Amino acid sequence: MRRTSCFLGIIALFLVHLALLSLHSRRVQKLWRENELPETRKLVHRLALTDVALWTEARYTRNPALADFFTPFQDFPAAFEHFPAGSIIAPTLPAVDSRLSIDTTTGRTRQ
Amino acid sequence: MADIIQVKRISKYYNWKKPDEVRALIDVTMSVKKGEALVLCGASGCGKTTLLGVVGCMSRSTSGSVLVAGRDVSRLPERFLGDVRRKTFGFIFQQFNLIRTVSVLENILLPLYPGDLSMGQMKERAGRILARLDLHDKVRTKVARLSGGEQQRVAIARALIHQPQVIIADEPTAHLDSTLASELLDILSGLKREGKTVLIATHDSFVSGHPMINRVIHMRDGRIIDSSDS
Amino acid sequence: MIRLLKILEFALSSLARRKFKNLSIIVVYSFTIAVLASVLLLTHSLKKTALAVLVDAPAIVVQRLVGGRHELVPISYSRIIEKIPGVGRVHPRVWGYYYDSLYHVNYTLLGINKGQRRFAMVSGKTLTTDEQCIIGQGVAGAQHAETGMDLLLIDSKGVGYSCEISGTFKANSNLWTNDLIVLSNEALQGFFGMPDGLATDITVEVFNGREVALVAQKIKRLLPDTRPITIDEILHTYTSIFNWRSGMMLTVFTSSLIAFSILAWDKATGISGEEKREIGILKAIGWDTGDVLTLKLFEGIIISVTSFLAGISLAYVHVFLLDAPLLMPVLKGWSVLFPRFHLVPYIDGYQIIVLGFLTILPYMASTVLPSWKTAITDPENAMRGV
Repeated sequence: MRRTSCFLGIIALFLVHLALLSLHSRRVQKLWRENELPETRKLVHRLALTDVALWTEARYTRNPALADFFTPFQDFPAAFEHFPAGSIIAPTLPAVDSRLSIDTTTGRTRQ
Repeated sequence: MADIIQVKRISKYYNWKKPDEVRALIDVTMSVKKGEALVLCGASGCGKTTLLGVVGCMSRSTSGSVLVAGRDVSRLPERFLGDVRRKTFGFIFQQFNLIRTVSVLENILLPLYPGDLSMGQMKERAGRILARLDLHDKVRTKVARLSGGEQQRVAIARALIHQPQVIIADEPTAHLDSTLASELLDILSGLKREGKTVLIATHDSFVSGHPMINRVIHMRDGRIIDSSDS
Repeated sequence: MIRLLKILEFALSSLARRKFKNLSIIVVYSFTIAVLASVLLLTHSLKKTALAVLVDAPAIVVQRLVGGRHELVPISYSRIIEKIPGVGRVHPRVWGYYYDSLYHVNYTLLGINKGQRRFAMVSGKTLTTDEQCIIGQGVAGAQHAETGMDLLLIDSKGVGYSCEISGTFKANSNLWTNDLIVLSNEALQGFFGMPDGLATDITVEVFNGREVALVAQKIKRLLPDTRPITIDEILHTYTSIFNWRSGMMLTVFTSSLIAFSILAWDKATGISGEEKREIGILKAIGWDTGDVLTLKLFEGIIISVTSFLAGISLAYVHVFLLDAPLLMPVLKGWSVLFPRFHLVPYIDGYQIIVLGFLTILPYMASTVLPSWKTAITDPENAMRGV
């Protein structure tokens, strides 16, 4: 059953490939956690950073964690939408009594 | 000899109770003995193909019953009929009904795919039939490239590969010249000698007059009008 | 088992007879899944990276609001906050935004104390004078500047301000520092023209992580014109900001799903006469309804599983090995200063399984269901195409 063998062989190759990618993923994660993460965390701590520097067009896109609902409207009347950052960043509901908690030793979040 | 097929008062209507209702079979009763070679004769549209279809579990009658090896199959759910077709009947269609884009070998093996034989065993069985029907050099040829006679032989091979008890042939000589028709009847004759039951629908007198035929049933307008020993 | 393998063989043979059509379906299907999976992988990776790092963000950031607008906060508020039990270091931050009209980019200017020990993620020296600065890779690129050169900015009085670039943040910190210019607090206050005694906001350290919300409430009570933002809220922002359910990611995701649905619908609405005839022939020669449906199921599985595995592989390679060259422009949009960074390959197995569920099952259904009616029909009618 030539075709069946070929097909199952192709699927097996894909699965092996995905397994290798999974190993790659774990390895890179491990290297990042061991080599870069500690220094990045120190940097963020020392500079007291609160946000990633992805979109620099406006206050609420540069520092979304420090923005609130009305911040986008403070730019000026008839301000253009900052695209695509303004579309990607959906407003997050205020979480005054957040059920999210962090484990400061491992950095993992819990809900 | 015991009856392998019994047909009791079957009728088959198309578009039943509608203005364009067609009565293909009306109150037909007949029986076929095991090992018998029987011909259904009649003009085009007399109902012989329809009768073969009902007997071979290709379609259902509107009323009446069909018994195959003593079992009433007329009201059996469709999901069980495949088993009956596979174990009992080998059908040679008038239009062959081969899959044209597939090779000769694959067409012949088709009935065996759902069974328990391994591919090796299937190919071995196909090899014997291909040799018997002189098709061994066409194994990988696509059916679309074959002549009418060759396609007929492929259709026969496919009908025989699962070793059915009953061979049903609908107008088997329709696309054949006299030489090929004679060869075909020799093959069917050989099968009858092996104990197979043969049912043929035809309006070709060459077939109905062949020595292997035990009985000829004449049909007209969906009814049996005469049944005579050959 | 042998029966299933044989039916699989026939299914493969059946698909191979329509080679080009089926290969095209696999290509389109794989591409659709690759796009969907790329969006999921990218957003999940960004989220996990951000969360992993931001656990060291300030426990509380205190902003001041006047008339609903963000205003500078008096440094004296720090002394009130320091007295709250459980509070550690309280540090007024000076930072802000600067628009470079020459290069049309926005920078973030941040003040730190002079004479700190060296940053590991900086190539060069730390700040020791008010005339020095450390810049991010994006700033360096925009200004065509590097360590040792001078950076020229225009201050709040419209006067040119020049500082020596004492260091540049390394590329592996781009996600955090790409647009940063770090100056001394004194230099920055003078640059912004900030009055004495005021800061941009105040960061608060809390000894016990569980008391952060309580401390924030106390700050709000003691200083009603402030808005304390806790670390939980910062992290909450990032659990949802890259959520695939929001914003443009949703649009990309939805568009891909719609394209895929059209593909599946096209299949589902038409079983061709040729296919009906084939099913009729199979039934006529002894195949059960179950055998026929198994055949169709296998045809669907072959295409969908192959495409899914190919799509996922492609997505991983695209996002984590090639740095998502097709998605980054979508993410970047009109950003002038967008960081170049490598994504850490975090994979959410749950999302991949859901994606498989949403793509494989509908395709299998769209292959089996149209054949169902024909498969339960009498062979005679099926062969006639009825």
